[in-house]
Amino acid sequence: MSGVLASMIDGVLVGAVYGLAAMGLSLIWGVMDVINLTHGAMIALGMFAMYLLYTLHAGTAYLLLLPVMGVGLLLGIMVYWMSVHRVVGRPMLMSLLSTFAVNMMVIGIGTAIWSTSPYNVNYSVQGLTLGAYTFTGNHIAAALAALLIALALQWFLYRTRTGKAIRAVADNREAAELMGISSTAILTIAFAIGIALAMTSGALVSTLFPFTILSGATYQLKSFVVTILAGLGKPFGALIAGVLLGLLEGVVTPFIAVSWIPLIEFGLFVVALVAFPQGIFGKRAAA
Amino acid sequence: MKQLALIGLILLCLADMAFAQQTITIGFTVSKTGALNVDSLEQYRGFELWRDQVNAAGGIKAGGKIYKIQFASYDDESNSKRVQQLYTRMILQDKADFLFSPYSSPLTATAAVVTEQYGKIMLTSGAAEGKTYTLGNHYLYQMFAPAPEYLKVALDSLKSKDPKATVAFVYEDASFSVAVVTPAKAYAQQLGFNVVFSEAYAPNTTDFSAIIDKVIASKATVLLGGGHYADGSTLARQLYGHKVPLKMLTLLVAPDSPQWVELGDAAIGVTVPSQWAPQSTFKAQYGPSGADFAKAYAAKYNTPPSYESAGGYGCGMILQRAIEQAGGVDTAKVADALNATDITTFYGRTKFSTAANEHGLQVGHSMILAQWQKDKSGKLTKEVVWPLPNKSANPLYPIR
Amino acid sequence: MILRRPFFWIILAIAALFIYLPLHGNNVSLREDLILVAIAIILASNLNLMIGYTGYVNFGHIVFYGLGGYVGLYLATVRGLNLVAAALIAGVVVSLCAFLFGLAILRLRGAYFALATIGILQAVQSFVSNFDPWGRSTGMYLSFESYQSLGGAMHALWVTYYLIIGVMALSMILSLAVKNSKFGLGLFAIREDEDAAVVLGVNATVYKSIVYSVSAFLPAVAGTFMFYKNGMIDPSIAFEYMLSLEGIVMLMLGGQGAVMGAALGAGLYEKLRSYLLTSPKLSDFHLVIAGGLLLLVVLFAPGGLMGWFYRLLPRAREVVE
Repeated sequence: MSGVLASMIDGVLVGAVYGLAAMGLSLIWGVMDVINLTHGAMIALGMFAMYLLYTLHAGTAYLLLLPVMGVGLLLGIMVYWMSVHRVVGRPMLMSLLSTFAVNMMVIGIGTAIWSTSPYNVNYSVQGLTLGAYTFTGNHIAAALAALLIALALQWFLYRTRTGKAIRAVADNREAAELMGISSTAILTIAFAIGIALAMTSGALVSTLFPFTILSGATYQLKSFVVTILAGLGKPFGALIAGVLLGLLEGVVTPFIAVSWIPLIEFGLFVVALVAFPQGIFGKRAAA
Repeated sequence: MKQLALIGLILLCLADMAFAQQTITIGFTVSKTGALNVDSLEQYRGFELWRDQVNAAGGIKAGGKIYKIQFASYDDESNSKRVQQLYTRMILQDKADFLFSPYSSPLTATAAVVTEQYGKIMLTSGAAEGKTYTLGNHYLYQMFAPAPEYLKVALDSLKSKDPKATVAFVYEDASFSVAVVTPAKAYAQQLGFNVVFSEAYAPNTTDFSAIIDKVIASKATVLLGGGHYADGSTLARQLYGHKVPLKMLTLLVAPDSPQWVELGDAAIGVTVPSQWAPQSTFKAQYGPSGADFAKAYAAKYNTPPSYESAGGYGCGMILQRAIEQAGGVDTAKVADALNATDITTFYGRTKFSTAANEHGLQVGHSMILAQWQKDKSGKLTKEVVWPLPNKSANPLYPIR
Repeated sequence: MILRRPFFWIILAIAALFIYLPLHGNNVSLREDLILVAIAIILASNLNLMIGYTGYVNFGHIVFYGLGGYVGLYLATVRGLNLVAAALIAGVVVSLCAFLFGLAILRLRGAYFALATIGILQAVQSFVSNFDPWGRSTGMYLSFESYQSLGGAMHALWVTYYLIIGVMALSMILSLAVKNSKFGLGLFAIREDEDAAVVLGVNATVYKSIVYSVSAFLPAVAGTFMFYKNGMIDPSIAFEYMLSLEGIVMLMLGGQGAVMGAALGAGLYEKLRSYLLTSPKLSDFHLVIAGGLLLLVVLFAPGGLMGWFYRLLPRAREVVE
């Protein structure tokens, strides 16, 4: 096992989590043309949700993902009605600002409750050792969880009525309404799923590193990069783009100092925005 | 009868004036929240214990007056912008007579800008970076031994165990760690070690897997570095999780905290360069003995003191002595007294440089190396392992 | 012609007030409060040129302020330049950088432009964190002797205050001048409907490039002065993402498109923030209250304070603009 290969595997594992984190953002953006700036705060809330649940019931942390998803759905419905419903269809700046306002409020409340001191979820699973390199069990489990959730989402969007209705509204809202689909209900559900995905990815990340209420910000930025690379409204594409981003990090880090990575990623981000309007996989909505 | 009463009254007034009670306000910020909270709290407790002991004894007696100590302190949230605003506020609105530093080199450097702008004395603790003292200050005084001293004790100890070790430096890209590691690298090469890897990580890094993979690839057997508690503890945890075959792991600051035991097995064998340990046996020419300090601290806070606490207490102690020597709180006189200080306390020898290009740099204090070891009952304790004359236990090598 | 607008004289009066109030009675605390308000007004007014006038939302506006601080401080300390000269050169350099960034990203519209500005901010912060001559993550610290050239620290702090008030007045005058010019009309046309504007002969590409570069100049100059006053600069305080976003909050609060709106929104928000941060009970809730306020404005009063004010007193528009 060479150092570069180990680094690439580590990159793929963490990239799957980037992908999962981005799925929620991509779904919401694709369906209702809203850039959800509460995304980072929701990821952080997912971290704390896992922390609280784990403190109450220390066991297999991965089973706790289900209640976290449930909380995410409820929270998503709340945030939708509070800040998004009135501004869907209006200029994008309005939804950017309203979701940003909710973001500020969540961070403020989170700081008041938990301060900015680091928290940890002390749960670990046996890892896998190949030669001199060990891949921690938590990373492997998180990547697998991300894959499973992505597959479940694909199945939901393509095989269930609600899922198809969501895709219909994403394609053409008026046509969908003419067909009898209640777009408000669908938008609410889609938004709730987006938030639930964000919280779940946060819950997985909480088992990997220490975190604070501000930790969601890094993942939000990575989510933007991944979403732009993948194109909008294609959640599974977001997973793949996330893995590619992680792989890129893994390939580059053995050769340069790790501190240059953010510069490369954001440079890539700007280039992707300008040069690849369609994303790698999908179609983006009208600007 | 009336005359007696009048004389009595006058005498009382005179006595009252002679021992007129005044207050000294000392300002500082504490990182109650944020990444520095663990270490900063320990420093704060040092300040607090000193103040409570002084006030309980009646106050500082200088120049025929008695001074009680009061603090003006705020939460800086481990954030330098807050430090700037708060130190300005403490000087202008709270009318602080003297300042103590926040915890950590970058926050202290920021505070120093303000205190020097307003011409106020500041004693610094928890700040080992020496660059701040080369900027032409007049009123800064450093209690900690400066950064270049830190890894010398670790490297000297390593040399005695394994002169052919392969060494890696993994450290926070921030003023303190950089100030420690840069001279340490040169010293390591001077001692004949093979430095096979060296890289700095961005502050607030939580994922070290990329850098850990590089460490494994470099086949290093000794790792030195870290930064403060948050990153240091995470790095130690992840090194353990990745099963990196290290024979020695020296991290800055973090392992000195009593909270280090929460790492469980990942904590064993980790060494830390320390400004002071309860096992240190300095004969105090002024102030309490080490044993008395440790006992009073443990009684008040239910936990043993770390070197941050000793440094904090030291600030108060040395300032008190300077005020007594100066006979008052006049800034110029107290500064002269501090410049002339050369004394040994439980904390060690304290002497400040008076050269213009490094005023206030600590030149008397030396460091020790401490290591977490399991004692006979299986409990994790911190022992002094270097220098050999001061040791309380033999160094454990290799640690895994 | 600008001298004929009453608001021009109001701007000068405000600046004079900012100088007189703390100076009278040597009130250093008040000066420290007002300087933060002035910086907020500078950032908000210049941001308004992009958001309010041209309709392009710049989320990464703070990058000009931070970069200006770095360039200016570098020139003033390492190269020993006079403070004002360093600031002006920093302004020019950063405007040039803005022009170059603009070439890349101004072809994007709406949300994509906004995201690209975030990308630029993060990329610049990452670059500076790795850049040796500027101290990497540690940043640069001013020698305590540096203030001697301005007559000692105490005096230097007053001088930098006057300079920043000057930049504040210039920012507001710039906003006023652009608003009342043909260039400004072109910007408004772009905001309303860029494609139609192009068809009608507005050279959108050139106009956008100019306003983006111009909106960088004064914040960069202010950055030099402010970080000189602070005695130090590092990537985390130079490129605070939150400050960038608060600039947008200030504009929404005050009301976009309006010169007075930017100043009012900035002033009120800064006062609110200072009050919340130093009040022991409420400091944790500063973000919650600010966020709540923004949400209310966006949902129910998108015209901001000035929008509401003009509905009350329509004639006021002639004086206050």
